[in-house]
Amino acid sequence: MSFASPSIELIGSVRSENEVLFRDLRLVIRANRWTCLLGSSGIGKSTVLRLIAGLPTHVKLDGSIKSDDRLSLSNRVSYMAQNDLLLPWASVSDNITLGSKLRGHKYSSEKKLKIIKKVGLIQHREKYPFQLSGGQRQRTALARTLMENTPIVLLDEPFGSLDSNTREEMIDLTFKSLKGKTVLFVTHDPHEAARLCDSIYILEHQKTTNNKGLKPPFPKTYSDKSVFDLQYSLLEKIKSKRS
Amino acid sequence: MKVFIYIICAFLSILFFWELLIRFAEPPPYILPTPYSVLISFKENFMLIYEHALVTIIEVLIGLTVGVILGMITALTLEIFVTARLVFRPLLIFSQSIPVFAIAPLLTLWLGYGILSKVVMAILIIYFPVTSAFHDGLSQTPKRYLDLAKTMGGTPWRNLLYLKIPHSIPSLCSGIKLAAVYAPIGAVIGEWVGSSQGLGYLMILANGRVKTDLMFASLLTLGFLSITLFSLIGYLLQISLAKYVRT
Repeated sequence: MSFASPSIELIGSVRSENEVLFRDLRLVIRANRWTCLLGSSGIGKSTVLRLIAGLPTHVKLDGSIKSDDRLSLSNRVSYMAQNDLLLPWASVSDNITLGSKLRGHKYSSEKKLKIIKKVGLIQHREKYPFQLSGGQRQRTALARTLMENTPIVLLDEPFGSLDSNTREEMIDLTFKSLKGKTVLFVTHDPHEAARLCDSIYILEHQKTTNNKGLKPPFPKTYSDKSVFDLQYSLLEKIKSKRS
Repeated sequence: MKVFIYIICAFLSILFFWELLIRFAEPPPYILPTPYSVLISFKENFMLIYEHALVTIIEVLIGLTVGVILGMITALTLEIFVTARLVFRPLLIFSQSIPVFAIAPLLTLWLGYGILSKVVMAILIIYFPVTSAFHDGLSQTPKRYLDLAKTMGGTPWRNLLYLKIPHSIPSLCSGIKLAAVYAPIGAVIGEWVGSSQGLGYLMILANGRVKTDLMFASLLTLGFLSITLFSLIGYLLQISLAKYVRT
C-alpha cells in the first residue's frame, strides 16, 4: 500500500489529566522530508509520536492532526522504536512479514527477499532474534518497516542503543531506504538531528520552536563542520530555555 | 547427566535415612517396613501393582488431556470475551475455595465407581492451574507488541493468533507441567473415595490388611509414575515448542 507521501500538521495543546503538557503546539512534518523532534529525555517526545501514530496515550490533544491530502492517517503510518520490537519466537523472515500476517494479506516473497538483501541480512534470514547482534536486530526492524511500505514513518530514537560504528551504518541505510517518505524523527541528540533533518523542532512544555536545519543533501557526514555549528547552536537554545 | 547423578544421590540418601530410622527406632514392620521388604513386596506383587497402575495411568492421561484442552478453551474465551472475563473469572476463583476432597464423594455418587469419576476428579484438579497460567500469559502480552500490531492494522483474531498465543506458550507450558503433577493426585483421591481398581484402591486395600510393605510399594510406584509423566511432558514440550520457550 504505497501512496504519495503527505505532509502532516499537528496543531493544538496536549493535556494530561490535570496539567498542560505542551501548550499551543504546531508541528509541520513536511512531505518527503525528515523532520526532527528534539527534546530532553522524559519530556514527552514519544507521547507526541504516539498521538500521530494513533496509539493510546495518557494525554488528550485539544486540536487536530491533519494531512494535506485530507485522508486519514490510520494504516498509513509505520513505527520504528529504540526497542526493535522483534518477536523472539519468529525468524528474521517471519518478523519482517508480520504486518501482512496481522492484516491477513498475502505478501510477495520477491519483495521480501529484495528488502532482506537491501538491509544485508540475506545470510541471516532464517535466524531468530536472539542469534543476532544489536545492529542486525535493528536492520530487521528497518526491513519490517520497509515491508510495510507506508508513506509516513515515525522513528523513535531508533539508533539510541547502537554502538557508534553500527550507528553510522544504520543512519546511512535508514536514510537511503526511507527516501521519498514523510519521516518524523524523534531524538535527544542534536548531532543526529543536524545530520538528518532540514526542519528541527525543539520540544518544550511552554513553547516549542522550529529551527531551520542544514541545506540538502542529507545525511551529512559526522565530520561535517556545518553539522557541528548547528549542533552547537541547538544545544545553546536548549540550554537557554532551561535556565 | 549431572542432574541424573543428583537425583540418584537424593534417592539414595532417603533410603539411607529410612534404613537408619529402622535400625535405631525399631518400629514394627506394619508401621514402617524396611526398604528391602518393600522391594520384595514389589517383586512378589508386580503383576497386581502393574494392573492397578495401568488403570491409574489411563485415568491420569485422559484427565490430563481433557483438562488441558478445557483449560485452554476457557483461557481463550476469557481473553476474547470481556463479558466472559467479568462473569466467569470470579466464579472460577470461587470454585477453587471448595476443596476437591469434599466433592469426591459426590462425584462417585453421580458418576459411579468406574473410571469416569476419577477422570473428572483429575480434570477438576488441573482445570484451574491450566486456565489461570494460560490466561495470565495471554493477558500479559507486552503492550509494545500490541501497539506495533495496531499501527500495522492487525485484526483482534490475528493479534491473538500471531502475538498473544505465541507469547503465552511458556506460561501454558508451566500450567501443563503443573497439571502433570496434579492429575495423579486427582485420580488417586477419586480412587480412595470409591473404586475397585487403581493404585489408590490398592493402597487403601493394603492399608486395611496391614500390608504396609505393599502400600509402600504402591506409593513408590505412584511417585515414580508421576515423576516420569512430569519429565516426559516437560521434555516433549521442550522439544516441540523450543522456539517459544527459549526466551
